[in-house]
Amino acid sequence: MTRPDGTGSPEEAGHPSGFEDTGPVRIEPTAVHPVLDPALRPVGRRPVIEVRDVWKTYRNGTLEVDALRGVSFAIDPGEYVAIMGPSGSGKSTLMHILGCLDIPTSGEFRLAGDDVSTMTEEELAHVRNKRIGFVFQQFNLLSSLSAWRNVELPLLYAGVERTARKRRALEALERVGLADRVDHRPGELSGGQQQRVAVARALVTDPALILADEPTGNLDSVSARDVMDLLDELHRSGRTIVLITHDAEVSEAAGRSIRIRDGQISSPVTSGSGPA
Amino acid sequence: MNVVETFRTGLDAVLSHRLRSALTVLGIMIGISAVILTVGLGEGAQAQVGSEISALGSNLLTVTPGSTTSSSGVRGGFGTASTLTVGDAAALASRVVAPDIHSVAPATSTTANLVAGTSNWTTSVVGTDPSWLTVRGRTMTEGRFIVASDLASRAEVVVLGATTAQELFGFRDPVGQTVDIAGQPMSVIGVLNTVGSSSSSSTVANPDDQAVVPLTTASALLTGGANRNSVSQILIQATSASTLSAAYQETDAELLSLHGITTTTGADFTITSEAQVLSTATSVDRTLTVLLGGIAGISLLVGGIGVMNIMLVSVTERIREIGLRKALGATPRVIRRQFLVEASVLGTVGGVLGALLGIIGAVALPHLISDPITVSPVAAAGAIAVAIAIGIVFGVYPASRAAKLPPIDALRSE
Repeated sequence: MTRPDGTGSPEEAGHPSGFEDTGPVRIEPTAVHPVLDPALRPVGRRPVIEVRDVWKTYRNGTLEVDALRGVSFAIDPGEYVAIMGPSGSGKSTLMHILGCLDIPTSGEFRLAGDDVSTMTEEELAHVRNKRIGFVFQQFNLLSSLSAWRNVELPLLYAGVERTARKRRALEALERVGLADRVDHRPGELSGGQQQRVAVARALVTDPALILADEPTGNLDSVSARDVMDLLDELHRSGRTIVLITHDAEVSEAAGRSIRIRDGQISSPVTSGSGPA
Repeated sequence: MNVVETFRTGLDAVLSHRLRSALTVLGIMIGISAVILTVGLGEGAQAQVGSEISALGSNLLTVTPGSTTSSSGVRGGFGTASTLTVGDAAALASRVVAPDIHSVAPATSTTANLVAGTSNWTTSVVGTDPSWLTVRGRTMTEGRFIVASDLASRAEVVVLGATTAQELFGFRDPVGQTVDIAGQPMSVIGVLNTVGSSSSSSTVANPDDQAVVPLTTASALLTGGANRNSVSQILIQATSASTLSAAYQETDAELLSLHGITTTTGADFTITSEAQVLSTATSVDRTLTVLLGGIAGISLLVGGIGVMNIMLVSVTERIREIGLRKALGATPRVIRRQFLVEASVLGTVGGVLGALLGIIGAVALPHLISDPITVSPVAAAGAIAVAIAIGIVFGVYPASRAAKLPPIDALRSE
């Protein structure tokens, strides 16, 4: 991945593309005190994600539902992890917490060393903008904007200057093989192409983490293959990818699977390709 | 995100949802142009009536029989009692009695059918004396007016208004022709000048459509009645506008003493001045303006509710978009600003287009409905301000609420 203007997040720069922790979920007893200036933080071996005893309780009137009941795990830089589970298992809730789209009821979640649960709304927005790239099942593209205008959105909110935005958006689209579709609107693209636009949007900011929530759920098998290949390629180039799925076949692409059932990790298993 | 980018994003959103934006703008436009036109109609009518009445001359007093008083209600109907006579008029014409009165014209008035050959025309027939011409400020375009000898001899002569002459004789010269008025043949001796009709105004009769005959002829042949000396009104011209008040006092005092009445409340006549008519008409029109303003306010309210609805709907259907933008890193403040720009752009465009439409309407409509429309800058500016304010409040408030939702709730909303 080129980094033309050097604005990527430092956590992710220069880490090894492989990963070694193929064992059960690590639960680190104590975390290193976070250094506030990210530039001074040690890079490389720090987990991108540290989740410790996270609970999420939804309140519906007097009824309380525990969607997550004490989940703990860590994900290292460069890992490709699948979070698996049937619907209702709490995997979507977990994904929302990992994506800083929702906050845990209790427990600790560190993203690249920073405790997310203490962040303000504004800081969370910056974290989502700079450190996380989302790929949703529903694509979630803005139908009124062309492909490249969709891809540039995260850069817009990052305050990147106009011409740099366009250049980086076009580069990202080229990377996902849509260089000839940059001016098409989502309605003029196939499902697979739309999801590739979404992938381009996820990687345009050079995030520490790409979160893909059932990225193939709405795609035919050929398009699904395309998107999975794309994620594979991003993983090989050193990105940390977390894939949420209920499909065992899809999860095989990942180096490690975390199975979740009834809000708890049931069997953290290893599988897949090992170091890339 | 800086101001330019925020503005561009908002503008993009407006331009990329053309139908929705167009409908919003249309709603604002109609509200604003309706306000401008209704207020303009009211003010136009007010100005028109004012100018018409002042053109009548403000040094004119009209005495009519009967009176209305606040204490005893109606005392005889206007024009029904026969308490005014030719003798009253003669007395008022005396320089000694009333030095501030320039001239006096007693008049009777009736409506009659005029026939000339195959043409016939119904109009008002005024019976009066020679001073009517000066009192009314009229001149002759042709022939002569009634003279004293016509009165003395009850001459069967008539002077026609320009419109009346045109209706009866077309382009033929009416002078010297004969007209049957209520079956009485009379010869046309002259035609009055054209003063221009104030067609649309019901407050003033058309001065170009009437027939004038000697007072004596009128009471003998047309109006009849028990007292051949009674008149339906006495027109009094003061020596100048500044002596109008004095002329009023002199008229009042003289008529009271002639009629042997000791208290002013017992008066069996009414004196009105054109100034009174003017102020009455103006206050009527002020009421009209308030009424129309009320209607305009309601139309603005309805327009505003329309704007509110379309803004609420448009924001509600965009909660997903707001959630996505938040997921991609937009802060609530950025979202609020984007919607603020959108609402302001829609409000301003709608406001300006609405004002233009209103002004075009104000220029074009008078050609169709013959009522003048005065564009009121205050009404226009107020309408635009209200439309923009409504757009902003109802565009930004729900967006701001949506921006506070956790992004995942917004993303999941359908």
